[in-house]
Amino acid sequence: MRSPLLRIFRILFSALVLICFFLVFSDFKNLIPSKYINILLYLQFVPSVLKFYDLRSLAAAGFIAVILLTFLSGRTYCSFLCPLGIGQDLFSRIGGLIKKRFRRYGFKKPHTVIRYSLLTASVIVIFIWGIYMLTLLDPYSIFGRFMTYFAKPVVILINNFLAGILHKFDVYTLDHITIKGFPLLSYSVPAAFFILIGSLSLTRGRLYCNMICPVGTLLGLLSKVSLLRIRFDENNCSRCGRCSLRCKSSCIDFLHKHVDVSRCVSCFNCINVCPDKALSYGPVRLKKKVHETDLEKRKFVAGSLLLLLGLPQIVRGQEKTTPQPRKESTVKENKTSPVCPPGAGSIADFNIDCTACSLCITACPNGVLQPAILQYGFTGMMQPVMDYHKSFCTFNCTKCTEICPTNALRPLALEAKKLTQLGKVNFIKDNCIVKTEKTACGACSESCPTKAVYMIPYEGNLLIPETNTDICIGCGHCEFVCPTKPFKSIFVDGNPVHQAAKKPENVQSEMETPVEFPF
Amino acid sequence: MRRRDFLKKSTGAGLAAGAVISMGGYEKLWTSSPANTKYDMVALMGGKPEAMFDLGIQELGGMGAFVHKGQKVLIKPNIGWDVIPELAACTNPLLVKRIIEHCFKAGVKEVYVFDHTCDNWVNCYKNSGIEKAAKSAGAKVVPGNSENYYQQIEIPGGVMLKSAKVHELLLETDVFINVPVLKDHNSTRLTCCLKNMMGVVWDRGYWHANNLNQCIADYGLFEKKPALNVIDCYNVMVKHGPQGVSKEDVVNMKSQIITADWVAGDAAAAKMLGIDTGKIEYISIAHKMGLGNMKLDTLNIKRIKM
Repeated sequence: MRSPLLRIFRILFSALVLICFFLVFSDFKNLIPSKYINILLYLQFVPSVLKFYDLRSLAAAGFIAVILLTFLSGRTYCSFLCPLGIGQDLFSRIGGLIKKRFRRYGFKKPHTVIRYSLLTASVIVIFIWGIYMLTLLDPYSIFGRFMTYFAKPVVILINNFLAGILHKFDVYTLDHITIKGFPLLSYSVPAAFFILIGSLSLTRGRLYCNMICPVGTLLGLLSKVSLLRIRFDENNCSRCGRCSLRCKSSCIDFLHKHVDVSRCVSCFNCINVCPDKALSYGPVRLKKKVHETDLEKRKFVAGSLLLLLGLPQIVRGQEKTTPQPRKESTVKENKTSPVCPPGAGSIADFNIDCTACSLCITACPNGVLQPAILQYGFTGMMQPVMDYHKSFCTFNCTKCTEICPTNALRPLALEAKKLTQLGKVNFIKDNCIVKTEKTACGACSESCPTKAVYMIPYEGNLLIPETNTDICIGCGHCEFVCPTKPFKSIFVDGNPVHQAAKKPENVQSEMETPVEFPF
Repeated sequence: MRRRDFLKKSTGAGLAAGAVISMGGYEKLWTSSPANTKYDMVALMGGKPEAMFDLGIQELGGMGAFVHKGQKVLIKPNIGWDVIPELAACTNPLLVKRIIEHCFKAGVKEVYVFDHTCDNWVNCYKNSGIEKAAKSAGAKVVPGNSENYYQQIEIPGGVMLKSAKVHELLLETDVFINVPVLKDHNSTRLTCCLKNMMGVVWDRGYWHANNLNQCIADYGLFEKKPALNVIDCYNVMVKHGPQGVSKEDVVNMKSQIITADWVAGDAAAAKMLGIDTGKIEYISIAHKMGLGNMKLDTLNIKRIKM
């Protein structure tokens, strides 16, 4: 096939995929139903492998489809389905607009040692250490973090700007959303990767995919035996080199009329640019090849991405302060374990399955999921953790469990979630307003959805909280609303292994429908 | 908010901007129009929420006695919790809808509805049924979830609560109608008219931390007072309030109390729950501060059984 439509098809298809991913990750109103999100994520390679390892069912076999696709058509995954790859293509285009020479590539030798050692290391590390290296390098998760940490806040800023304008006209269709931001340290890894991948793609095409990305390397290996690939028609080729210059994978050695299929991402740019019609996409023709070439090293030019580093500061600046109560609380909360999200089962299970793609963090309607710093230890960095100082887990919601692509958070029916105990409530009487100020409060008990926190008589007319950990589900609403500072008077200590909470018992009130006015 | 109104109007009126200020009638924004009504309070029993309101407001001279043509009206129900209407943690949506309809019949220009919710606001607005009901009656349902919507106000004479940030709509509208639902409360023992105001301020936590009962009463000093309090006692959460656990907490009282005096409203509501009014600290404080009259036997109350 030599049709220019191939490339147009690739561009349209990939643009559609990228737009879908963008919408899913920036859907701050939770408008997209989980089932559509799951369809989109089905074919993401690393999440699918992890989910399959857990479930061993066809419902998670997206990666097998990708492998078959690769055997058939080469690394089409990288051009058509990988959001990070498509995003890099977009960057390469922008790079070309900045400086034409950024988009003139030319053949380069493969970084064989680097790419295969990273692939091997990723695999070995999973077995002996944990998922951490994959968390860092999985292209889907990297993309997810870019969207969650950098793109979504920008989308919300735009929303807030528009909401402000509409507001002036008394229209409330869009509402203002407070951007809470994450702990500063959690931006470090996504920011470093954004600079690395951003600058590589701006100036060097798909170098990241062909040097670092373990999925790219693995699919590259498989595509060495793929059926369909880019072929040279040696009789027509006049060795003009245009194909090589346009090849963002730097994999066309036009002097030797050879395409390195392990790096070719089937973008079809070369077919269109060839004036001799010497390149085509079709079934492999077996032939002896010799390859050795002269190579031209290009300077590594890093793009100016300092704005990116500034963004977290801007975002964090949106948080506003609230007045402090009069007395400071004195007893520190003694948290022995972080609280991991519903559906995780246990911290240990969760930590080995989560690649920190941050989809749950961006989808959580309450913003209670925050990227961990060291709560799970160094290897669990950026994995979501429940932060009850930021927000609480809303009772009638199972969003995060519905959309997790790796099955680190397993689906929970709403009724089951309402009885899943993420942690247990702890009351520190010595910090409590009722004891320290001798005034009524009850914010914790008021917000408890199961009445695991309830009020009992205290001095005089006052009531003071009491807890029943049997029916506590660890949602953290009590901790969130507790007004004492710097230490809360009530907090949830995580269950390393989630437990079943008892269903709250309730008896019918003895009051009856009145027949006379009591006043 | 005067400035925004001013800007809007002056842009429209162009050169006549100066004149607009003098014709704006801004004093009206700050005081509720005291209607000359026959009764201090109307209490109803035995009907549907809508029917009780129809009858009750008629006894008070109709909605036209409280709102006027061309005015902007704020209706503040309790939408605090993500709970279905049957569990009565939020104001009955049918009642909210009927009040809005009465307002529009009286010729008002715009009706706004909002609450600063405790649970996720999108879910609260949706699952309480209030968003749908209010929109179907033509009201604007407005978010209260972001500090951006709140304006600093002073409360002269407040003991603990001397200033607060309140939702701008409370300041921008001409008439304010308070539509609480009567509920048990774990700490103050009762939530009704005055306590419903915790949903118009941004920082509720401050109230909890600084003598809750005093703050509730202090807020009553703020000059923008409700023209009317319509207390929904149709389904009443008598225990596990203010959020409730299950339907066992709810008693179908089929009642409603309508009054311009919110302290009297809260005192009557306490009786409905069978609580000694003196046990509810903020009612006594508010009474002493002169914010209303908790002595029900001195009031002219119209009691209607349907």
